[in-house]
Amino acid sequence: MKLVICAGPATTGKTSVLRHVTKKLLAAGESVAFLKIDVQYADEDELFAREFGIPTRKCYSGELCPDHCSVMVLGDALRWAEHQACGILLVETAGLCLRCAPYADGGLGIAVLEATSGMNLPLKVGPILSLADIAVVTKIDLVSQAEREVFRARIQAAAPEVRVREVNALYGIGVDPLVEMIRNTPEVPALLQLRGNPPVGTCTICVGKKEIGWEKHFGVVRPLENDLFYRGE
Amino acid sequence: MFAAGDTPTGRHVLIDGKIPPAVYRDNPSCNPIALITQHTNFLSDLSVREFLRVHAGIRCPDPSQVERLVHESVEFANQLTGEPIIMDNTMTELSGGQTRAMLIADATIICNTPIVLLDEVENAGIHRTRALELLRKHRKIFIFVTHDPRIALLSDYRLVLEGGCITKVLTITDEEKLCAVTVTRWDDMYTALREKIRLGRTLNLSDVEGLA
Repeated sequence: MKLVICAGPATTGKTSVLRHVTKKLLAAGESVAFLKIDVQYADEDELFAREFGIPTRKCYSGELCPDHCSVMVLGDALRWAEHQACGILLVETAGLCLRCAPYADGGLGIAVLEATSGMNLPLKVGPILSLADIAVVTKIDLVSQAEREVFRARIQAAAPEVRVREVNALYGIGVDPLVEMIRNTPEVPALLQLRGNPPVGTCTICVGKKEIGWEKHFGVVRPLENDLFYRGE
Repeated sequence: MFAAGDTPTGRHVLIDGKIPPAVYRDNPSCNPIALITQHTNFLSDLSVREFLRVHAGIRCPDPSQVERLVHESVEFANQLTGEPIIMDNTMTELSGGQTRAMLIADATIICNTPIVLLDEVENAGIHRTRALELLRKHRKIFIFVTHDPRIALLSDYRLVLEGGCITKVLTITDEEKLCAVTVTRWDDMYTALREKIRLGRTLNLSDVEGLA
């Protein structure tokens, strides 16, 4: 089983990129399963099932952080895809809080960014970009060639190790190298591990305390002026 | 621009009969064609200075040349626009004409590619005649997509497109060269009219006599 995890801010074109990738993978004789993880609404599973007739599922993270939800369900999802006799599992995640990234070691991580976003976006999206194997830039037809070149330079300044690929996700122009990368991805190892470090998780707001102001909270807190510190036993 | 069977038409573009190097497609800053699209606004939220510095930095291997290229580009662009571009403006603030002028200057001075492809430069709201004069000084292959007879008649060759492909390659004839002289005169008069109106002056019949 090969694992591909595709992340990126909302409405950047993750689904469009994966549709073209799926079409080309199927044409190359691969068997593909698709899982969409979102917070409260998604219909991409129905879209993929209708268009390609492949096994698809969705998972709502609800109260859980969607990144953490993907860590929870990925083991089950790989077994499900295996059971469906698929060789590649494509996972599309929600646009997340940008503190961690959903990529797993042993799988391929794709970050989708749009060329129409601000030139500082590559600095703002953090590990979603810097921990990816490849950054896919969409909506290139909406900007000038000069802006495409400068946007690529900004990505490479923020994440020098990440490959960059401009695609036209409307017509699927430029996705071929991405399809090649997926086909060359090794099988997932027996023990899968999250690629990046999850953020600090000892926060009393996460467990349901609603009072405003750090003085009302325990564990790792932070005032406006200072950095994080620990308050409590 | 270097289609490799991956576009809706499935066509391949070859250079001298050979598949172009992959880097032409993989890295836009290695593309030997600078494309000037019909965009009349930038979405980049950087200042003109910062944007051009980054772009010159990726296109020019010699960092000591970056500031010179940035200044030359703005100087070039400012010869084409009514209102000059200010270095500290953000790219998004530029008007339609300033944007097209900046794109042409950037493609010619910073990209400095052997081929420049200009999509309907006549719609740009810029000094078109001045643009053509300036472009002529740079010895490159310019491909104009145009509906403008003056631009068409200034070219050495015309490619005629029909049904998604090139159906004719015409070389300008001696007779057309004579036509071009008159077309150029008409066009200059039209430009003078436009400028007069832009400056808020009133027209006289004598302004249009030569056009009749």
